Order: sequence, then C-alpha cells, then structure tokens
Amino acid sequence: MIEALQLTKVFHDKKRGEIRAVDDVSFCCQPGQIYGLLGANGAGKTTTLRLLATILEPTDGTARVAGYDVVTQSAQVRASVGFLSTATALYGRLSAQEMVEYFGRLYGLDEATLHRRIDEVFTRLEMNGFRDRRCDKLSTGMKQKVSIARTLVHDPPVMIFDEPTVGLDVMTARAIVGFIRECREHGKTVVFSTHVMSEAEKLCDTIGIIHNGRILAEGSLAELRQRYGEQELEEIFVHVVGE
Amino acid sequence: MSLRNIGIVYRKELTDSLRDRRTLISMIVVPLLLFPILTVGFGYLAVELVGKARQETPKVMVLGGEDSPKLLAALRALRTIRIVTPSPDYADQISDKKIRAAVEIPKGFEAALERGETPTVHIYMYEGEIKSAFGAERLEKFFRRLRDQTVHEQLASRNLPDSLLKPFEIEQKNVASPEKVWGAIFGGVIGYMVILLCMTGAMYPAIDLTAGEKERGTMETILCSPVARTHLVMGKFLMVLTASLATAVLSVLSMAVSFLGMGKLGAMGAKHGSVQMTLHAQGVLAVFFMTLPITVLFSAALLTIALFAKSYREAQSYLTPMTILVVIPAVASMLPGVELNAKLALVPILSTSLVSKEIITGTYHWNYIVLIFASSCVYAAAAMFLAVKMFQREDVLFRT
Repeated sequence: MIEALQLTKVFHDKKRGEIRAVDDVSFCCQPGQIYGLLGANGAGKTTTLRLLATILEPTDGTARVAGYDVVTQSAQVRASVGFLSTATALYGRLSAQEMVEYFGRLYGLDEATLHRRIDEVFTRLEMNGFRDRRCDKLSTGMKQKVSIARTLVHDPPVMIFDEPTVGLDVMTARAIVGFIRECREHGKTVVFSTHVMSEAEKLCDTIGIIHNGRILAEGSLAELRQRYGEQELEEIFVHVVGE
Repeated sequence: MSLRNIGIVYRKELTDSLRDRRTLISMIVVPLLLFPILTVGFGYLAVELVGKARQETPKVMVLGGEDSPKLLAALRALRTIRIVTPSPDYADQISDKKIRAAVEIPKGFEAALERGETPTVHIYMYEGEIKSAFGAERLEKFFRRLRDQTVHEQLASRNLPDSLLKPFEIEQKNVASPEKVWGAIFGGVIGYMVILLCMTGAMYPAIDLTAGEKERGTMETILCSPVARTHLVMGKFLMVLTASLATAVLSVLSMAVSFLGMGKLGAMGAKHGSVQMTLHAQGVLAVFFMTLPITVLFSAALLTIALFAKSYREAQSYLTPMTILVVIPAVASMLPGVELNAKLALVPILSTSLVSKEIITGTYHWNYIVLIFASSCVYAAAAMFLAVKMFQREDVLFRT
C-alpha cells in the first residue's frame, strides 16, 4: 500500500527563488490497484514519485510505502519498491544478467535466490537470448525488458512507474502497459505518472490530476466523468487545470 | 556500515571500469609507457641529437685579423671548424643559423701581444642554441690554448716556471654516496611523476563514476536501490583509489625498469659522467607508502568535484585546473633550495614530493615523515568527509 500524507517538496533556485514542486499532496493506493498521476510537464509528477521512492527527501509531510515511512525508513522503502522511468538507464558496459544481478545483490538477495529469480524473470520476459549481451548493444525494447527485470528481481510489493512509455515505439509502449496491468493482477500496489490521457483511461483505478504541485482532482474515471460532466479524460483534465 | 554493500558496489565499479577504454589508458597504458618514453626514449634521443650536433663541423666567420697572419693561419688549420667568408651581417647569419659563430680579432692583435698588452677577442654566438654553443666552444678552446701558450712562452723567455701563475690546484671531491647523488638529481622528478600519475590515474574513473553516471542516466537507477548513499560513495571511492594506486604501482615499476634500461643503454653515462644509478626497493616502497594518503586525498577530492558536474565534459573542465594545483607544489619541490621544514611538512602534495626526494637519496627524517603522513591523512579524511556529504546533497545529485 502507498499512503502519501501532505507530501511537500520545496526547491530553492537562485533565479526563480522558492519553488514548491510538490505542495501538500495526499493520496492512497491499495494493493492490486493502479493509481495514476496525470499532469502536464513540470506539474510535479516526477518529484512526487521520487519522494515515494525516497530518491528525494520531502521538505514537509511524509508517506508510508509498504508499511515503511519514507523519511525514517528509506532503505526499507527502497527494498520494497520497483522504480522504473525513462530516466533510469542501464549500465552500458554490463551484460543484461550482470545488470540484474547487481541490483539483486543490492536488494539483499542471497546468491541461490538471486539466480532462481533471474531465471524466472528472464524466462518470463523472454530475455534468455540476450542475457550475456552488453546493455549498450541492446535494442530499445530489449533495454526496457532489462529495466523491468531490474525492478522485478526482488519481487517488490510496490511498483512505481514514472512516465514509463515516453519516447518508446508503439510495440514497446504496449508491452510496458501490459506489464503494468500484470503487476496489478499479481496484487502489487502500482503508482504511475503520465501525461498520455489514453494510458490513464486504460489503466488507472484512480486518477489524480496534478498541476503546479497540487492534486486538483481525484477519483475513478467514472467519478471524474460524473463530477465534471465530460466523457473524455482530456476534457476533464482541461476543465480541472483551467479552473 | 555494510561492508557487503560496499563490496558489491566496488566489484561492479571495478568490472565496469575495466571495460572502459579511457580508464584503462589512464590507469595502465600511460604509466607503463610514460617512463620508458621519457627516460629511455628522450634520453636516448637527446644523447643521439647532442652527439650528432657535436659531430657537425660548425661554420664560423673570422672578422678582422688581416694584420695577425700567424693567428689566421692557425685558425684556418683547425679541423674542428669551417671558416667562411667574412660579412658585416654576421649577427643575422648567426641568428638565422646560417653560420654557428663568429670571432672578431682586434686590430694589431699579434703586435699588441708582443707589447705585453691584453687585447680582447670577441666571440659572437646564439645563446641557448646548442650547435652555436658548440661552435663558440671550439673557438674559445682555441683561444684559451693560444693564451696558455703565450703565457708559457712569456714566462719561459724570463726563465720563470709555469707554476708561478698556478701556485696551487683546486679540486672538488664528492663525498655523498652514489645513491644520494642520483637521488639529488632524480629524486624530485620521481616524487613529482608518481604524484602526478596518481592523480591522472584517478581522474577518469572519478569522472566516469559520478558525472558520467549522471550523463548516462544511471545515477537515478542506482539511487532507487536500497544501498545507502554512504556505501555507494565508499564503493565508488575504493574503485577510484584502486585506479590511483594501480597507476602508482605501475608507474614505479615502469620507472624502475626504464632506469635500468637507461643504464644499460649507457645514456646516463654519456650525460652525467660518473653518476651511478641506484634505486633501492626500500626507498621505492617508502615513497609508495608516503603517497598512500595523497592517493586517498586525490580520489576523494576528484570524486567530490566530479560529482558536482552535470556531464563528462563539465567534469573535465573542473578537473583540468586541479592538475595545475597538483603540478605547482610538485614542481616547487624540485626548485633548488626548497628543502623540507616543519611548515612545508604541512603543505599537502609539496610535503610528499619533498619527502620522496629525501627518501630516494636514502635520508629518513622520521619526525617529518610522521608529520607528513599524519597531516596528509587528515587532509585525506577531510576530503572523504566532503565526498560523503556531497553524495547526500540532492541539489548536487540531481543538478541538471
């Protein structure tokens, strides 16, 4: 489960002064559900997810991820999360297997468990054909699979995806969307951010529309349609953000 | 402190770095090739070039001397020079390297000698130009011999012995051991080279493991793993330190082999006469031991600075001036008269360079050695602390 409690992140910029990238954000996502953060570029999606993954520390507020506090138990939080974004690249000089092994060891898996998990994940994602190939020699689709394997190797209860399909071709993006859905089916708690309306419509149990660091509207697609009297999510989004 | 996690990070960084061509070049190829090229290569080349310059018969112009036929005849008989037709633009010709030197014989030179006067002979040359110096040297040698001969003849005509002008001899004798003589000449260079190579060896991995990770987008990947940032920086630091130490070890080995090779080629003998080369394993090990805290200091400092950069290129622009910061104190230690004292023992790099020079000569000032090692350890610890702190800063890690 993920529970964000008045999460706030303030950055200080010499030119622009104080920037409240995330401002008093609270939401909840249960296991077996997908919570989607929908927002334009610079709305605060990435910062929110980085706070949940404990890559950044909140200025104020906190969150509980898989039962751990992001401020006081950050290492346990990271051990319980699989974090995937287009910014999380691979070590080009390591092979696909070495890459996943490295993270598996950092997640604290013993060698026997690690190799069993790698065999499982590589078979499931059909990666055995390129497991010994260096990551910088892989195609985009193959790289994406290695990233997924990295996030899955420790079988985390929580998955966080930050705009996971940005810059990907249709087939790879579809595979990612399928994978997110699969995570939900396996009972994982999933939070993902996107600015692609169709993705949010297809995947999310709950949608939070974020703008200027604040969640302006939240609910299931049906609830949002009813509340704003619009059918298309895009229209709802424009309605909310334009208010 | 989880040694397991530090070990995992270190092992991965080592594997990764050993597959990076730039790191391999700076860590292995440069130290292995630099010393042989510098010593055997340049030494041999220098001896060859100087030898060739010596073999050349320099073109020399004789100005005046028409009223001193004996002198002119003696000069023309010299096989070590080639006399060319005199011309008023002799200075330009020397500057343009068309001739190597010129000698101006004053009017009535021989007559003046007979009268017991002291006329002055001017030799014109291009200072700093080796072939011109050889030309001038040969002329000067001729006129010295002529002067000695004149003195001898004048003393003989008065029935006086030659010893009248030379009542006693002066001779300098070396009392220092060959090891010390060798160390005084090369000790400073050795410390300087080892220190500089320790830094260059650490530079590429330091950039690759920090700014390089940011540029390639793997920094965020590793930050979302449960490894603590302190463990991450320690693992990375150990890798940079390994590169720095590997460079130091290889440079010392390559240096030892190069000097041995140089001795065999006889290049040293030609350049430094009787200087005997001795480089004791104990001295080399001691120098290596003294550079240990410096390598820690370099590794941590380079890691800290490179982490601040957004890209590989930016990191390089930060670290290149660092090289100058290292070169200045290291070069200062080679300046004549700069000797180890309590104040200088506290100056990082300079102190290590100076003590290395002393150790190579076989001198062990234990009080300074302890002081330098301890102060270098303090600087290294401070740099380590800064590196760990820097890895905690979000504004540095996510600087875009």
